[in-house]
Amino acid sequence: MTNQLDQRLHGVRIAITGGTSGLGLALVDELTRRGARVAFVARTPERVAEVARTHPHAFGIVGDVARKEDIHPIALQITGNLGGLDVLINNASSLGPVPLVALADTECEDLELALATNVVGPFRLTKTLLGALAASAREGRGSVVLNISSDAAVNAYPQWGAYGASKAALRHMTAIWSEELAAEGIRFVSIDPGDMDTPLHASAVPDADRSTLKRPETAAREVADAIEAAMPVGAAQ
Amino acid sequence: MIAAHEPTQRPRNARLLVVDSRGHIAHASRSRFLALLNRGDLVIANDAATLPASLEGKHVPSGAAVEVRLAGRPSLAAADVQTFSAVVFGEGDFHARTEDRPHPPALRPGDRLELGSLTATIESLLDHPRLVSLRFSGAPHEIWAGLARHGRPIQYAHVPAALALWDVWTPIAGQPVAFEPPSAGFVLDWGSITRMRERGITFATITLAAGISSTGDPDLDRRLPLDEPYHIPETTAAAIRRAQQRGRRIIAVGTTVVRALEHAASLDGLVHAGGGIANQRLGPTSELRIVDAILSGTHEPDSSHYQLLRAFANDTTLARAHEALETLGYRTHEFGDSVFIERRNRLVRDAAA
Repeated sequence: MTNQLDQRLHGVRIAITGGTSGLGLALVDELTRRGARVAFVARTPERVAEVARTHPHAFGIVGDVARKEDIHPIALQITGNLGGLDVLINNASSLGPVPLVALADTECEDLELALATNVVGPFRLTKTLLGALAASAREGRGSVVLNISSDAAVNAYPQWGAYGASKAALRHMTAIWSEELAAEGIRFVSIDPGDMDTPLHASAVPDADRSTLKRPETAAREVADAIEAAMPVGAAQ
Repeated sequence: MIAAHEPTQRPRNARLLVVDSRGHIAHASRSRFLALLNRGDLVIANDAATLPASLEGKHVPSGAAVEVRLAGRPSLAAADVQTFSAVVFGEGDFHARTEDRPHPPALRPGDRLELGSLTATIESLLDHPRLVSLRFSGAPHEIWAGLARHGRPIQYAHVPAALALWDVWTPIAGQPVAFEPPSAGFVLDWGSITRMRERGITFATITLAAGISSTGDPDLDRRLPLDEPYHIPETTAAAIRRAQQRGRRIIAVGTTVVRALEHAASLDGLVHAGGGIANQRLGPTSELRIVDAILSGTHEPDSSHYQLLRAFANDTTLARAHEALETLGYRTHEFGDSVFIERRNRLVRDAAA
């Protein structure tokens, strides 16, 4: 059974934003290991080149999902290199102000940046890639948009305002996409991977006891399992 | 006709000229396009996304500024992006009409072109001093990155503002293989696809690497459209078989869909799933074996698109339609108004013959 599930992502075309650190990097590892054809996106050219070097079968793309002008060039390279797209993972996230501060002390620009990265960017990229995703669904390959959420999207944690409000918006948007595009065969899924030992978490909670945090590799396996579960059997090529 | 100069894909006031199978002409608001469709119809669109196929740069041997417009490729394969056919212009950009653009310097096989971060070598001239086969250096992913960074959509002087990719990608744009947008698809949005489904109308897609529509050079324009690779998904081929068995209409959104489907059926009248290269010209003597009606832009009579419409309606009908488009101030080009033309019915056609 495990083998059959492991095979399900073989040849599946997957794009991951925020693919050079934390959960995103662990997903590049995990999904390439399962035979998926992966394109990953991140802002820093040196980091993209470094991850591409260690993952010769993955395509590295330099871009910032928070910038409107970057969205189509990113989408062009994703669908160009992969010849289409079956799965989009909107993983890139911004904490907002670091160190974390109360909403009352949050600069408007910091809130805007969190919204740009966590809500508007995933919206734009998803919208731009809908044609490719719907084509996949029509052709019976399966089609999934997986948005990385957080318990801060549901619970009101003091000082997590910019992040929490933006992740709440992303989570709700995911649910609405799902209602609207189920008939097109595109599945929309929110996943809260839990508190992970990642650079993002270290920025938010510098003095956290890392031994209590989930390994990003563990979360990546869970996310990959969730994608497999959402894909039709026999869709992979 | 009036050139549509605003890059708006679905202007509220877009109009639609309708020609039915008996040659009757009517006018409608294009947003009411779905009202022309019947339950059971199969609507097929081209889901190609558009490449940023215009590259400015330098012809290295002469140092002259050039604009290269990628115009064709051997296949739709993702990694098959080293070799393209291309039209080369001299200095300048889309603000000048293509027919007024200066010629490039003399081009020879082996000449290098520097196009932003991309480097290309001219492999050969394709029987014309401005139409070349060129080969990009680098791995496919480097070529994609270079196109993404440096390329711009091909555009013409009738749209004064520089186009971005979001202006030319249809809502259903998927794999980026077209050199100019399959602009008939601008009429579609996701709401219209949902409403088709609710009304029992099937929606399907093909992918065809739509080529350039004009070069400004009469000799080259006579060679358009160039060969265009396409792909027909199995689900689309199956939907066509079902529609044919049930006597349903097959409606093409755009000339590129007609070209792909009729090419795919040229062997035995059946549309087979898979890839091919559309290299035929459709015109007044072409028998349409698959497509019953076309939704298309408004085309001037000297264009290859107009020639294709002659496969749907006779010259008298098309002349009346063109006169109506002119008289009533329809807008033309990729962001312009549209026509919906049903294939003349066989009785009328046979009688005319």
